Amino acid sequence: MDSDHQTYRLIRLIRRFEEKCVELKADGRIQGSMHLCCGQEAIAVGVCRALEARDALTVTYRGHGWAIARGLPLVDLFAELEGRESALCGGRGGSAYFSAPAYGFLGENSIVGAGMPIAAGAALAAKFDGSGAVSVCAIGDGAMNQGGVHETLNMASVLRLPLVVVVENNVYSELTPIASMIATETLVERAGAYGIPGTRVDGNDADAVREAAATAVARARSGGGPSLIEAMTERLVGHYDLDPQHYRPRGEIESAMTREPLVRLRPVIGERRAAELDREVERELDQAVAEAEQVRFADTSTVGDHVYV
Amino acid sequence: MSDTALAPPTAEITYIQAVNAALRWALAELPETLVFGEDVGLPGGPYGASKGLRQEFGDRVFDTPISETAMLGAAIGAAMRGRRPIVEIMFADFFFVAFDQIVNQMSNIHYVSRGGFRLPLTIRSQQAVVPGACAQHSHAVEAFIAHVPGIRVGLAADPQQAYEMLRAAIASDDPVIVLESRALYQQRGPVPLDRPIEPVGGARVVRRGGDVTIATWSRMTGEALQAADLLAADGIEADVVDLRWLSPLDLDAVMESVARTNRLIVAHEASLTGGFGAEIAARVADAGFDLLDAPIRRVAAADVPMPAAAHLQTVVVPDAHRIAGAVRELLAF
Repeated sequence: MDSDHQTYRLIRLIRRFEEKCVELKADGRIQGSMHLCCGQEAIAVGVCRALEARDALTVTYRGHGWAIARGLPLVDLFAELEGRESALCGGRGGSAYFSAPAYGFLGENSIVGAGMPIAAGAALAAKFDGSGAVSVCAIGDGAMNQGGVHETLNMASVLRLPLVVVVENNVYSELTPIASMIATETLVERAGAYGIPGTRVDGNDADAVREAAATAVARARSGGGPSLIEAMTERLVGHYDLDPQHYRPRGEIESAMTREPLVRLRPVIGERRAAELDREVERELDQAVAEAEQVRFADTSTVGDHVYV
Repeated sequence: MSDTALAPPTAEITYIQAVNAALRWALAELPETLVFGEDVGLPGGPYGASKGLRQEFGDRVFDTPISETAMLGAAIGAAMRGRRPIVEIMFADFFFVAFDQIVNQMSNIHYVSRGGFRLPLTIRSQQAVVPGACAQHSHAVEAFIAHVPGIRVGLAADPQQAYEMLRAAIASDDPVIVLESRALYQQRGPVPLDRPIEPVGGARVVRRGGDVTIATWSRMTGEALQAADLLAADGIEADVVDLRWLSPLDLDAVMESVARTNRLIVAHEASLTGGFGAEIAARVADAGFDLLDAPIRRVAAADVPMPAAAHLQTVVVPDAHRIAGAVRELLAF
């Protein structure tokens, strides 16, 4: 399949996955708050395309798209979201705590910025284990104000760790515009303070993201240390699934919908091809949802398993 | 052939030298070991715990910036990816600078991944009350940590325990926090080297007596033994149980002792309210109600922020005399 088609398909898959989660919650099959990534998918798609199987990543609580882009099976994700005994986390993690060792997916994280030092730790391991692996940490714009993120950027630079930091700047630090929460124009300009290269890209252009990520990954893999990518995007949905978004100016979401990745890609691949891929995606999702429904719920006697080795 | 010719070598070394020996063993025998922290590398640690290790083992021993969150998170991530990190938190009080990584991160990962990720990491720290040290350098933190499911917690009462428990912690594939006693760092004692690595867990009975059980850990073990000597002069004989590990907790050892003595004192250096003595008291009261001839009494620091002045500290911190006094009260019940 052509690269643009693949990109469209994967972004569409993530988008429809997220929308399917909303349906499943309305049906009572998913319980609990979810942080959906509608509009931001191109960042995960672009970055993951620059990674290899041996690499590691930590992501935010808005991580369904990252999990899908990294290749985690959809049935496992749906089953996990429904609290079933999924192959992912057996219902222990839920929406915001996916974790998959086989995919180098060190996990989503509900604590803003906390995955950053953990990703640095994975990079530290790579320095000694001869794997040549790099470690990616995806954080939001708001996380750039967390102390641990600052600490890690400095330490990773000092220790020259093979780390790539991807800031998904959707211009909202939870419910507050990031512009009122940072003292500088951009976040990328902080990179120089840590002695690392920084680049700002259009996060809604998966190819641009992939290119920036590939450069950062190559730098890290060759011993050049960490870099920072600030990927600009907009979220089309709330901070959490039931967020009424009163804090967003009138017309902002509609305007964002004219700039989102799928709207950009549809004219590139053509409406007919887009409609075909849309149908494929629906079939894939419907199948995964149906398979997930067959996954049993964990026996309550297992609730104490794996607290310790 | 004499017995000593067959015995493993025993070194007469200090507590901190025993820590150093355990770290040296890990770096030599376990190639995935990393040792890091503030001033841990070239300076050899503020108390000498890692003295000489970077010189001998190179890059696997290194210094970090003053960044507890980054350090602890890095230990977690490196462990998840197959290293065996040993990270030092310089003073136990500094755990709180980065407590998220302990409570919200480290303790959950094995559980949420259902064993898919192992965290074979060890965090070493030290705690003590020492004259001139203020509240921010005097916390005993075991209760905060042992409260969290998913973490193993141990406290060594002497050089041999320091060596053996740290080796057990390092060899364990669970995240383990060992809390050393800074006040004991220069205490000298026999340390058998090269014994088989024991698993994490298990209390030890350091003194046998039939009148009262004193359950304790860390520096208070020595105070309990001194209290026992004071009491023995009056014909009162105490069992002293050094719990060593608070997670896993060897309640059986305490119950076995209380079954013989029928009276229990729990002594710890941490402040009274919410201290881990409360947990032990609750468990023994539950499992051993019929065994008890007196209420369970805890001897602990007063519920005040630790003052720096030595004369004020003496009325806050528990010691052998206060333990002995508490025993006499129980016997008079």
